[in-house]
Amino acid sequence: MSTKEHKPASLLIRGGRVIDPLARVDGLMDVLLRDGQVVELGPVGKVRGGAEENFDARGLIVAPGFIDLHVHLREPGQSYKETIASGTAAAASGGFTSVCCMPNTTPVLDSPEWVTWVRQPQRGAVVNVFPVAAATQASKGAVLTDFRALQRVGAVAVSDDGKPVLNETTMRDALRASAEINFPVIQHAEDTRITQNCSMNEGRASFRLGLRGMTIAAEAAIVDRDVQLAQQFNGARLHLAHVSTAEALKSVRRGKRNRARVTCEVTPHHFSLTDADIRGYDANFKMNPPLRSSEDRQALVEALSDGTVDAIASDHAPHALHEKIIEFERAAFGITGLETALGLAITVLHLRHQIPLERIIELFTSGPARVVDLRGRGALLRGSHADLTIFDPKKRWTFEAAKSRSKSHNTPFDGWQFTGKVVATIVSGKVIYRAA
Amino acid sequence: MQSLVQSKNRRAHRGSLLAIEPMSAIDIKSLLQLARKMNPLKPSARLRGKRVLLLFYEPSTRTRTSFEIAAQALGASTTLVLSSGSSVEKGESLLDTAYTLRAVGSDAIVVRHPHSGAPQLMADHLDIPVINAGDGMHEHPTQALLDAYTILEHKKKIAGLEVTVVGDIYHSRVARSAIHLLSKLGAQITLCGPPELLPEVSATLAENLRITRSCEEALRGADVVMVLRMQRERLAGLKISLPDYIARYQMTLGRLRLAKPDVLLMHPGPIIRGLELTWEVADCAQSVIVEEVKNGVPVRMAVLAQALGTVN
Repeated sequence: MSTKEHKPASLLIRGGRVIDPLARVDGLMDVLLRDGQVVELGPVGKVRGGAEENFDARGLIVAPGFIDLHVHLREPGQSYKETIASGTAAAASGGFTSVCCMPNTTPVLDSPEWVTWVRQPQRGAVVNVFPVAAATQASKGAVLTDFRALQRVGAVAVSDDGKPVLNETTMRDALRASAEINFPVIQHAEDTRITQNCSMNEGRASFRLGLRGMTIAAEAAIVDRDVQLAQQFNGARLHLAHVSTAEALKSVRRGKRNRARVTCEVTPHHFSLTDADIRGYDANFKMNPPLRSSEDRQALVEALSDGTVDAIASDHAPHALHEKIIEFERAAFGITGLETALGLAITVLHLRHQIPLERIIELFTSGPARVVDLRGRGALLRGSHADLTIFDPKKRWTFEAAKSRSKSHNTPFDGWQFTGKVVATIVSGKVIYRAA
Repeated sequence: MQSLVQSKNRRAHRGSLLAIEPMSAIDIKSLLQLARKMNPLKPSARLRGKRVLLLFYEPSTRTRTSFEIAAQALGASTTLVLSSGSSVEKGESLLDTAYTLRAVGSDAIVVRHPHSGAPQLMADHLDIPVINAGDGMHEHPTQALLDAYTILEHKKKIAGLEVTVVGDIYHSRVARSAIHLLSKLGAQITLCGPPELLPEVSATLAENLRITRSCEEALRGADVVMVLRMQRERLAGLKISLPDYIARYQMTLGRLRLAKPDVLLMHPGPIIRGLELTWEVADCAQSVIVEEVKNGVPVRMAVLAQALGTVN
């Protein structure tokens, strides 16, 4: 490891409004970081010891570093879409200090060797990267991977994301193994037997556009089955990726009520857009799960507010132009999302739906940290990793896809005006991103 | 959410005809009026020197030939490109094909494509008019226009007419265009078919729409009956029994008698005699199926004249 670059051993973040939902902190404070750790939080001007560098955070919010449970960094094998370096640069400018990357690469991250490869310093990551390994070999849904071995080399969960684990026996075995070693299984809930040739949500909009639609049941039936399975194994951990329907949320609520270890995430695009927003067959509105009805969107907002949802995750899915500027039905599923997540959360959830900032921060920090057990992250306790996100909740700005740090620009939010902007991203006590 | 979007400078699609849905009743009426002035039998030089490119990714008999004849009747030259035998087979993308056809000097492109929205994608990236000759399950706007033209040859106006559409509405681009057009012009529309081919959501497509599963109920008192083709190629995976469909929804002379005596029996073609309609119905006195095909020519002349900006 080369650490020749200048790295201040201590940094004092002064005068910001520190919000740490886990520690129940909300107030104007100074935060002292030293040697990659949070050393002290205290009233403004009262933190002693001094620091080599100061950061003036007056008027800004200082939060634990944001964690994104669901990104596609496309390496190994698909570096024309994104690299670990470019994807984590986008993460940094979106305020994320840690990302969990999905295993649907080429080859699939189904072995300890590839999980290790992703974590190597020569990949050029600028934020913490926590790989999610494949749940089954080559994500084919048949033979489970070696969870224990994957966990040992640093995988934080397993998933066949992009595809569901459709076979019930396989899912049962995965959850049993999950319970044995306390390892989350992340499910992309989609009954692909009934979504073939579908490119959007089933409903008024799909009928109008003449596109085949994915039904709500295609998601809800798998979520319901898996929640029931999770209840059968004491200690099994099931995390539901990108939940998009009111129906699926009912199963999640039931599981949580029955004390099953069930968690779920919701994406910014699902809480911000509906299928009625798909205009002109623009494939930047095509993702899986698809944009749903306004009733579903409203249900997601409520679940984000009431605690049913554990995390906001971007499902950042970069694709090259030739995969998106084609016929809608032939285009790849997925949109980028790391740089628009906070803007959407504040603009839509906070300003439009009055969800408190503290809750939004929780969904970006302690919520996701708990889902995959990121110890020492997601909170600003003494001794925590010095990962922080500093943002201006009132700053208005316009997102320009062309200026994205991601290699790909497949976003439906080009030209959107947001309120709430990342000012600085700090990883291990080092400012790795600072807004111009 | 639209308020968050900065107004984006979208190309205006000048001259393109992509769908009926965004058109106003006035746009539709003026296009139909223009069609009435067109005479396919009297050659004109209106589009002399213009090159109309016909790009067909799906088979077609009537749409393709009537576009060709319409263009030639206005003095334009036509070139036909089929997906088979072209660079499409080598993997060329739709837009690259479009740019190529633009580069060789096309003044307008008429496109039929199996994917909904393909003409829109082309129009978004080209500076020449794109005319939709049928895209996936989405729309077939010139078919709806020629149907309206045909109705107006027999009825004074479309407003207030009782129009019944029977058959596979879900998979039909013809139905979507016809429903939009007839609804905009004030017809009362009844859709009839089994749930697999006519989901409840169909009723949300436009105003003045109702759904019934009973063919008899749908036909009673109808001024116009539009029968749709059973698209056998799209039925894979659906639980539709053809004998059952025929028993409940096939247009027979007995059923047609429930409609008004001066009913118009329409079908966009190609017809499958013995399936969605009987041999006798196809040729009965009320049938205007052949007229529809004939009227395709003046209607497409009007569409091309408007697209190429030669309307005074």
